[in-house]
Amino acid sequence: MLRTGFLVSLVAAGISLASTAHAQQKTVYMPAILELSGPGAVSGTNFRDGMLMAIDEINKAGGILGHKIETPVLDTQSDAGTSRAQLQKVLDNKPYVVFGPVYSGSVLVDMLMTQKAEIPEIVGGEAAAITQKNNPYVFRTSFGQQFSMPKIANYIRDSIKAKSVALIWVNNDFGKGGRDNFTKEMKDRGIKVVADISTESGQADFSADVVKIKGANADAVFVYLNEEESARFLKEAKKQGIKAPLIGETTLLGQKVIDLAGGAADGVQGHVGLTVDAPIKAVQDFAAKFKARYNYVCDHNGIKGYTAVYFAKYVTEKVGKFDSKAFAAKAHGLTITPKEEPGILMEAMWDKNGDIDRESFLGEVVNGKQKIVKILPMLSKK
Amino acid sequence: MASFIQLLVSGLATGAIYALIAIGFTLLWQTSQTINFAQGEFVMLPAFFVLTAMNLGAPYWLAALIGIALAVVILGVLFKAIIVDPMIKHGVLPLVITTIALSLFLKESVKDFYSSQAQPFPALVAPRDLHFLGAVVSLQSVVVLAVAVASVIALHLLLNKTRLGRCMQATAQNPTVARILGIPVGRMVLYTFLINGVLVAIASLLISPIYLAKFTNGETLGMAAFIAAIIGGFNQVRGAILGGIILGVLDNLSAAYLSSSYRGAFPLLILIVVILFRPQGLLGRAEERAV
Amino acid sequence: MNRFGLLTVAVAAVAAIVLPFLLKPFGIYLISMWVVLTIAAIGLNLTLGYAGQVSMAQGAFVGIGAYAVALLTAAGWPFFPAFVIAGLLCFAIGWLLGYPALRVQHHYLAFVTLAFNTLVFLVLRNEEWLTNGTYGIAGTERPHLFGLSTDGARAFYFFCLGMLVLLAAATWWMLRSPWGRAFVALRENPIRALSLGLDTRRYTLMAFALGSTLGGLAGGLYAPLVQFIEPNSFSLNMSFNLLLMVIVGGSGRFFGPFVGALIAVLLPEWMRIAEGYYLIIYAMLVMILMVFCPTGVLGLVEKLFKPKKPPAAAAAPTLKAEATSR
Repeated sequence: MLRTGFLVSLVAAGISLASTAHAQQKTVYMPAILELSGPGAVSGTNFRDGMLMAIDEINKAGGILGHKIETPVLDTQSDAGTSRAQLQKVLDNKPYVVFGPVYSGSVLVDMLMTQKAEIPEIVGGEAAAITQKNNPYVFRTSFGQQFSMPKIANYIRDSIKAKSVALIWVNNDFGKGGRDNFTKEMKDRGIKVVADISTESGQADFSADVVKIKGANADAVFVYLNEEESARFLKEAKKQGIKAPLIGETTLLGQKVIDLAGGAADGVQGHVGLTVDAPIKAVQDFAAKFKARYNYVCDHNGIKGYTAVYFAKYVTEKVGKFDSKAFAAKAHGLTITPKEEPGILMEAMWDKNGDIDRESFLGEVVNGKQKIVKILPMLSKK
Repeated sequence: MASFIQLLVSGLATGAIYALIAIGFTLLWQTSQTINFAQGEFVMLPAFFVLTAMNLGAPYWLAALIGIALAVVILGVLFKAIIVDPMIKHGVLPLVITTIALSLFLKESVKDFYSSQAQPFPALVAPRDLHFLGAVVSLQSVVVLAVAVASVIALHLLLNKTRLGRCMQATAQNPTVARILGIPVGRMVLYTFLINGVLVAIASLLISPIYLAKFTNGETLGMAAFIAAIIGGFNQVRGAILGGIILGVLDNLSAAYLSSSYRGAFPLLILIVVILFRPQGLLGRAEERAV
Repeated sequence: MNRFGLLTVAVAAVAAIVLPFLLKPFGIYLISMWVVLTIAAIGLNLTLGYAGQVSMAQGAFVGIGAYAVALLTAAGWPFFPAFVIAGLLCFAIGWLLGYPALRVQHHYLAFVTLAFNTLVFLVLRNEEWLTNGTYGIAGTERPHLFGLSTDGARAFYFFCLGMLVLLAAATWWMLRSPWGRAFVALRENPIRALSLGLDTRRYTLMAFALGSTLGGLAGGLYAPLVQFIEPNSFSLNMSFNLLLMVIVGGSGRFFGPFVGALIAVLLPEWMRIAEGYYLIIYAMLVMILMVFCPTGVLGLVEKLFKPKKPPAAAAAPTLKAEATSR
């Protein structure tokens, strides 16, 4: 009987976990599904820490509509199948809103389920496809690649005045999505992509890639890699002396990459969708608070997580009750200003697809610091 | 041409790193039939020992010594005593599963108890670049190459020129006969684990300034070392260095001239070809049948 | 099998039928995943546990099967022909992968299959025209059976369970046929098997092909279960995980994969009580389990209940003893 007993107790224990939530009075169940282990752990951890900071602040101030936010954080192991299972687990407990995940593959499978369950999901994924499926329950708190890439493309055309560009990207769903959007925007603007270099996630040695880029002799180099790969690339690029301007999107100009690259990041320029270095006091205060609490510098995923919670709070208060369907209806076309809700940090607007619109920045790295050179207005305000 | 030389030089530097990790990998196999799937994590970990010691106020040299000492104790002595010894008589596979679990354990521990973020790591040598026939190579890479070659020479001398080394070789070749000859087989095996502990700690100190310290670093490094060890010869220390260098250079050349999205495939194809046509590896000696 | 064993299997069977009526959708999803992975692990157990050929590529076959079914059903094929094609495809590729096993054995074979697994991953990721690359394939439809949709969680679970019973029964029957005895002879002493007139060549290839087929069929169920597949899901991790199931359950024992898959699916889930540290604890438990019962859970059970039987006879193929041959 030993084995059977073991079996039953395992099953029972595995399942009963799902029902531990929910118990206390006056809470609202808003679980998060995030990449806490595996290759996505850096993004997931940042998102989680930003999110939990916002939740603590809101709960300390009395919660949402008098309800404390209850947010268990479930790990997807950076795997779509696991993320689907964890989402199923929280859906069984009727959540009000779901946060995460960050990996686009996981988002694409999870959002089908939240749509079926009619529960809003505020995701960290940036793939263009996420908001192009007519899913009224998916929202994001950062630019999708279909918005950030045109901004980069304009910058390369107007400010750099490049006729040709070399492209280096990381071959995962983040990098591939960016690469596909970027090449499309380049084609639309008549700029030639003379080198199109795929790299591996976790790649250590970038010398072959830099040799290829040097050989391509492009007017500009667009770098779309994750953080430590960005840093390794920048070091190698400096070593081999790439002359063309290095252009990046958000990650490449982040303080983390600048610190890791140790001087090799100077001169890098590009578009920054979301940054703790934005010349906005609320954002800088947030960054300082985050650093003080977690002892590391927050990246854009941290801001995504933080603002996601305040977004949910604001919409709920506008609706006046906890109603998932009404939440989704209300949030489309909504504009939130920091005056009404300081936690949103910057004025933001959500369109009919769940995409966010807000100001973004053009910046460059000078003496080991990100410097914002221009503020790009919201698309809807042009 | 300059770019070709650059690819060769860079590949050599990277290959030296792989070689340094592969050496310990082959040592463990030879004396204890341990296929250590956590070898990459073994290289990732000492950097965090050093960082922790430095956070507690130790100067770099002291922190580095502490890191090496901890690596020898934890990844050498404890790894052997707790994991390898109880399992060794049950064949290779349970031990393979255990080292896979160990690699997950080490990764997750570093992530949870230190940080998921990549950490800058102090350089052992000044970050200077050397120019060579139109190619650039960092001084760090040259030091790595030198250390790798020195390690192999030192090990070669130890194994072939000293009594201790010959005892270790006898243990590796036939533990039963070695025992009959009065060689303390257990202690010989322990020595190889200690050597591996030192090697991974040195590798960690050398690599982390270049690649940054991060909990996932072991995945790429471990697999590369594994491939290097097999190509060069799983039962020969000097095979590891050839394997590492072939892998590093091949990696670069295939990424530059063949296909960047299939760069990972070429070393694997070489590996398959080597196993099928020269299973003992390029420099390995054929294993004799024991029975 | 003795009375104790029969009773255990009967109780487990009843549990497998009753549980889905007691569980929420998440629980049903988990046990469905257990069923699917058990099928793949049975296949690996055949190749590894019975025939003694070390394969670290079972995850790749699950992937090939999953992609075959996902792509064919997306192209308008009904499920069953797609499912059969997935099995045949894996049979053919498995047969080819068996050829290296004719030249090299044990750890060398493990390395070749490991390399093969990564090559399959690269192809799945890079050949975007065929596989949709890193974007993956979402929304694989669940099959209709006799006009009934298996779209619901419980219905699909029973569909998978039915497949498991069918495939396990077929494997059981085969292991008792001369083939099965040939596989074991191959594991225990290939040279003797050869000298007894056994066509070791054919049986080696067959062991690979049949094991891979089961992997492919498991993949054919994985795609409609998760309804999203991407190359990452079928990287080395999946193969390692399946290997873990076989070894932890008890390699070379018919019910080993059932127990191993149960542990690999439920244990990490169960450990989530420990929140952030759950993977650390899971990894520790696996190490402890291996240190204390290297012959797997079933090996331990056998030792506890039948102390007279020498456990080594049915143990995992011990590579060490033969590491120096070939």
